[in-house]
Amino acid sequence: MKTILIVIFFLYSQVQSVEPDEILADQELENVARIIGKELRCLVCQNEDIENSNADIARDLRILVRNMLSEGKTKDEIISYIHSRYGDFVLFNPPVRFDTSLLWVLPVIFLMLLCYTFFRKKH
Amino acid sequence: MKYFFLLIIMSSFGFMFYKGLKIDPSIVPSNLIDEETPNFQLKKVENYPLFDSKDLLKKEIKIVNFFATWCGPCKIEHPQLMELSSSFRIYGIAKKDNPQNITKWLKSYGNPFDKIGLDNDGISSIEWGVYGLPETFLINKDNKILYKHIGPIMKNDLEKINAFLK
Repeated sequence: MKTILIVIFFLYSQVQSVEPDEILADQELENVARIIGKELRCLVCQNEDIENSNADIARDLRILVRNMLSEGKTKDEIISYIHSRYGDFVLFNPPVRFDTSLLWVLPVIFLMLLCYTFFRKKH
Repeated sequence: MKYFFLLIIMSSFGFMFYKGLKIDPSIVPSNLIDEETPNFQLKKVENYPLFDSKDLLKKEIKIVNFFATWCGPCKIEHPQLMELSSSFRIYGIAKKDNPQNITKWLKSYGNPFDKIGLDNDGISSIEWGVYGLPETFLINKDNKILYKHIGPIMKNDLEKINAFLK
């Protein structure tokens, strides 16, 4: 039981790479910074967000996000600025556009296909 | 008919997965191609002339190279930069570096740069969409980014770069 609890603790515990000197004094802004950081992909570590990455570029982006928030910029303005510099790759949720439509449509097609196959099998 | 439909869907998935395997995930294409160069502010490196945004307004083809003396691959590409500097103006942006180390580096390996600036906080690098070192931008006469080379410029990359700059 103890081991299971320890495993569950490690599975669900959040490892953050934010350094103490990066944390904003304003708790509300810091919370927004963490939400933004979770939406941005670290460019050199592939599937890690910038909040959880130790890479140099992730640290620079975290500091930039916090500086922009302190200057009064909104979440959308900050994400759109970083998106303009690094493109869709930096976003965990790529925008829905004609060239990204397959990303959104294919899983639906695949699900429909699966349902169709199972439905046909039953009858 | 059902199987034919299934085959088409499955082969399209297969084709996409095969294409996906060939994509190098470590290379993130620049989002600034065909865009004007961004505004940036750098710090002066000892006695070298300071590089700033206005230098890129000159009506000529130029190269902007992001490097650092602590970056191993930058040393590998240095001879290629020396070669390119005989035909084009190259501006250097040193990322998170020590001015004394930069002077030492340029005295030992030669100075391919017309002007240099130091980006100590990494903000200018983000402005240019740089995420690793070295990265090199080719800029046209109208101050628009033509191409970004990610990683060190090797001897066999020179032909491609020269073709872009002609």
